[in-house]
Amino acid sequence: MLSIKDLNVNYGGIKALRGISLDVPDGKVVTLIGANGAGKSTTLRTISGLVKAESGSIMWNNEELIGKPIDAIVTSGIAMVPEGRRVFADLTVLENLKIGAYLRKDKEQIEKDIQWVYDLFPRLKERSWQYAGTLSGGEQQMLAVGRALMSKPKLIMMDEPSLGLAPLVVQDIFKIIRTINEQGVTVLLVEQNANMALKVADLAYVLETGTITMTGTGAELLANPKVREAYLGKSN
Amino acid sequence: MKKTKQNYTALIAVLIFMSVIFVLDQLIKPTDSLGMLLTVLQKGSVYALAAVSMNLLNGFTGLFSLGHAGFMLIGAYTYAIFTIPSVERDNVYQYFDAAIRFSFPETFSQALGPFGTVLGVAVAVILAGLIATLFAYLIGLPVLKLKSDYLAIATLGFAEIIRAIFQWEKLGPITNGSNLLKSFVRTSTMQLTIGSVTLSFSTFVPVLIAVICITIIVLLVNSTYGRAFKAVRDDEVAAEAMGINLAHTKQLSFCISSFFAGIAGAMMAMVLSIAQASNFKVSMTYEILLMVVLGGIGSITGSVIGALLFIFASEWWLRGLDSGTFLGINAPNVFRNGFRLVVFSVIIMIVVLFFSKGIMGDRELPDLIRSWKKNGGPFRKKNRENLHNVLDSAQDESEDHSGRRAKS
Repeated sequence: MLSIKDLNVNYGGIKALRGISLDVPDGKVVTLIGANGAGKSTTLRTISGLVKAESGSIMWNNEELIGKPIDAIVTSGIAMVPEGRRVFADLTVLENLKIGAYLRKDKEQIEKDIQWVYDLFPRLKERSWQYAGTLSGGEQQMLAVGRALMSKPKLIMMDEPSLGLAPLVVQDIFKIIRTINEQGVTVLLVEQNANMALKVADLAYVLETGTITMTGTGAELLANPKVREAYLGKSN
Repeated sequence: MKKTKQNYTALIAVLIFMSVIFVLDQLIKPTDSLGMLLTVLQKGSVYALAAVSMNLLNGFTGLFSLGHAGFMLIGAYTYAIFTIPSVERDNVYQYFDAAIRFSFPETFSQALGPFGTVLGVAVAVILAGLIATLFAYLIGLPVLKLKSDYLAIATLGFAEIIRAIFQWEKLGPITNGSNLLKSFVRTSTMQLTIGSVTLSFSTFVPVLIAVICITIIVLLVNSTYGRAFKAVRDDEVAAEAMGINLAHTKQLSFCISSFFAGIAGAMMAMVLSIAQASNFKVSMTYEILLMVVLGGIGSITGSVIGALLFIFASEWWLRGLDSGTFLGINAPNVFRNGFRLVVFSVIIMIVVLFFSKGIMGDRELPDLIRSWKKNGGPFRKKNRENLHNVLDSAQDESEDHSGRRAKS
């Protein structure tokens, strides 16, 4: 279980996060929704160690993550799918997956896990030898997710996985999120597509200018008039 | 299964190649008209290793560094200093009292005979690489934080400073100041006499060193570390998110590249029979960079081809342009000193215009052979509509996409 308490993050003089607290229970899909610049991505980047926190604590299975190097955080079972996919364009699909397992030493298990990812995403298996830069946007997103799964995470964090994808592909991506979760991986999802995110989420938080303003189950927030107005574009 | 078969093919190809070099070494005497072939093979192998080691850093890790001549200089001097025989030492250090009076080949040969000489040379060559690595490590600590052009300028500055320091009078007892180092173990004297037969190894040795080093680099590029280098090149943020330590990975690549640059420097001293700091100018780095770009950034085969073409053309094939007769045309008024460089520059421009990504792009020889097999020979136009899941088509297609790398 991941538990954030009173987290403050400064980004070049701007307060990006102002004392947020949230919990990500094991085995659930948790989503953070909010407008641009609300601090959703910053939250993920702070958890993964890419951004340094000002104060507060991030407890992961009773271990403090703040101050730990990125590789230690990845090894402890947290993987991130960065915003905009960021696959390694000049490497093949297979090489991308192998880089996901960069910190692992168990060679035989890595081979099995590559097969596991290929079973999850048959499209990637077909394109195993292709350069990642030649894949379509949806395929690249699958690869980014598969690459993150290669570190065998207990918690996978996804930053805007639906960004820039066609509506049908977005549905595929959310199906994938469910599948991964059914395999026992906890998912922390950051999304602007609040409608889809709330439908898939067990627990949801609304972020506004660096603070959490609302929380509830996905269904509760979907029904909440304020959320409907601000994020779903529906009036009552 | 397929991999091991490929490895065997490569091994056999290398063995055949080395035997051919060995035979050429015996058949051709330096005074023959074909003697130039040996000279360019020797120089070519030096530059091939230098280009491949630069490609490891610039092409595979995406760190644009221009300090190569500096590391080669360190390698050349280290090798030279530790292989000068003691009887020659005072002769070489004419104006100074030599501080280092130790020669690996000499010391080892006293204990082990001829084998000791070979071992001594090998130790000196490896030491040349290690000293270059040491410098690279120290320079890398502050400098590798810089990006692209800034890194290039910083490393360029380093190479110039190194050259100045090695020519400094105060360091004369070690570096012989601005005078050259000579009389050390060099390729022209690498001969073995068994009974009445004298075997020459003048070309075999530098080619062998280059082949060994390039093989190690190929293995490295295809290992987990090599993948990490490429990941850092493609996307630093994503690489970091995968748990790749950017600082360590860059430092590792910088040190390994410099190690082999040091060895290339040692080979340079061996082949030229002298080591002099004033030879290792920035223009040498540019030449190596040119070979890398000509061959294709990110292709090891490309760097080797680029280096060999460059050396063969500039040192041998185009010689006539400077000395009056070229391709049977006798025109001493046109073909005079300096004309070779004009033609050479034009050729380079033509190559760059027609192969915008270098001769090999980012492909390797095995990829090329595979696509020849599939498309029926090197001269058939490739079937471009049929771009699907197979490896070589993926790589053809990537040419359209990797223009991005040039921009970043």
